[in-house]
Amino acid sequence: MNVPDDLRYTSDHEWARAEEGGLRIGITDYAQDALGDIVFVQLPEPGAHVSAGDSFAEVESTKSVSDIYAPVSGTVGEVNHELTDSPQRLNEDPYGEGWLCVIVPDESGPVESLLDAEGYMKLIES
Amino acid sequence: MHSATLQPPAGAAGELTGLLLMRAYHASRGEHRHKVIIPDSAHGTNPASVTLGGYQTVTVPSDARGLVDLDALEARLDDDVAGIMLTNPNTLGLFEEDIAKIAAAVHRVGGLLYYDGANLNAILGVTRPGDMGFDIVHMNLHKTFAVPHGGGGPGAGPVAVSARLAPFLPGPVPARREDGTFAWEMPARSIGRVHTWHGNALALARAWSYILANGGDGLRRVAEGAVLNANWLRHRLRGTYDLPYDRPNMHEFVASTTSLKKANGLRALDVGKRLLEEGFHAPTVYFPLIVDEALMIEPTETESPETVAALADALIAIAHDEPGVGASAPRTTPVGRVDEARAARTLLPTWDAVAALDQSAS
Repeated sequence: MNVPDDLRYTSDHEWARAEEGGLRIGITDYAQDALGDIVFVQLPEPGAHVSAGDSFAEVESTKSVSDIYAPVSGTVGEVNHELTDSPQRLNEDPYGEGWLCVIVPDESGPVESLLDAEGYMKLIES
Repeated sequence: MHSATLQPPAGAAGELTGLLLMRAYHASRGEHRHKVIIPDSAHGTNPASVTLGGYQTVTVPSDARGLVDLDALEARLDDDVAGIMLTNPNTLGLFEEDIAKIAAAVHRVGGLLYYDGANLNAILGVTRPGDMGFDIVHMNLHKTFAVPHGGGGPGAGPVAVSARLAPFLPGPVPARREDGTFAWEMPARSIGRVHTWHGNALALARAWSYILANGGDGLRRVAEGAVLNANWLRHRLRGTYDLPYDRPNMHEFVASTTSLKKANGLRALDVGKRLLEEGFHAPTVYFPLIVDEALMIEPTETESPETVAALADALIAIAHDEPGVGASAPRTTPVGRVDEARAARTLLPTWDAVAALDQSAS
């Protein structure tokens, strides 16, 4: 299972990458594998405010519909509209072209509260 | 139960009727509650019905036994809870042993208990939802009482209620006059009609015939046969498939291919497709959602010991397939493995769209 060292993770199987404009968010390799073939993605509205732990997006696979929870509180910036026509990118490249959106956090530094790669590996192996 | 309506044409319609009854009951007491509790193992129709009924869903987790977590339930109960929806046995095929405690706790805060009758065949002639403390019960006549299950019905989902909910039932209902004749009457505080007044009458007649033909003893044997077949099969699969809740079950049980997937890539979907090759109807897969790579197996009471043994042999043989065989199944059916993901991603909802695709391909 691919768990890149330079990302942060949540126990709900999302990853976050700190960038200049905010946190880029996606689902992990483990998550896409467990979900199976993804057929639909409902993205949040740019400009919407989300609170940490709230469901703010949805992914639907041939097995089930799953909520995506906001890893931090903040405002939705850029969203990956490519996923609307090509949801399979979530399966093919979860850490790259399959990114979901950018969240601009309300407070600086919240990413430290998320799991590091080692912590996330322990979670999915348990 | 005290009274019933035969109007709802299906289980989901019964659920909505039940929630509207719940709402009417609380409203009559001047209360406007907002929440309905549902276990995380519940059928997907439950939260959908709750939403349609104007309530918010509150999920209660299952404990290590696969049953409602009592402490977690207590923590969610307050005077804003309109009720709880439970299937008993639940979707793991397990009997909710603490049902009396659950009923007492929900009633203590003024909530009602709703019984989802999806698994009623497991308890026919053995125990009764009313005795467990349920206030509202729906029955899927197509699941339990021999009304056709496929092909779009027509089905029937009668709803029975305790005495305090009887005045709110849909109407008209038949009532006996003092002179012994019958008349149609609307219950005093009826929620109104939920279907044609007679429901799907022929489906009801069919279920009634099935009940009369079996009699009380026969219906009890239905439950006993279903439970025996499912437990026997679970024992045969132990050691081959994962059994996340390996304890005495009712009419169905849930196995998993988590270990087999790690060992040789065999997924629950592959097992279902391989069973088609072996001449068996595939079980429900990937449900309930709380079990990874779930196979929900319900052999039913109608199958002989020989058939259940053959099913066990087939399942065990599939687990020992060479890697890759499962993923290529089914190879012997008129239509092979369907690309579900592509079908969902590029949905062709009309024949014109299909024709246009055929043309561009030729």
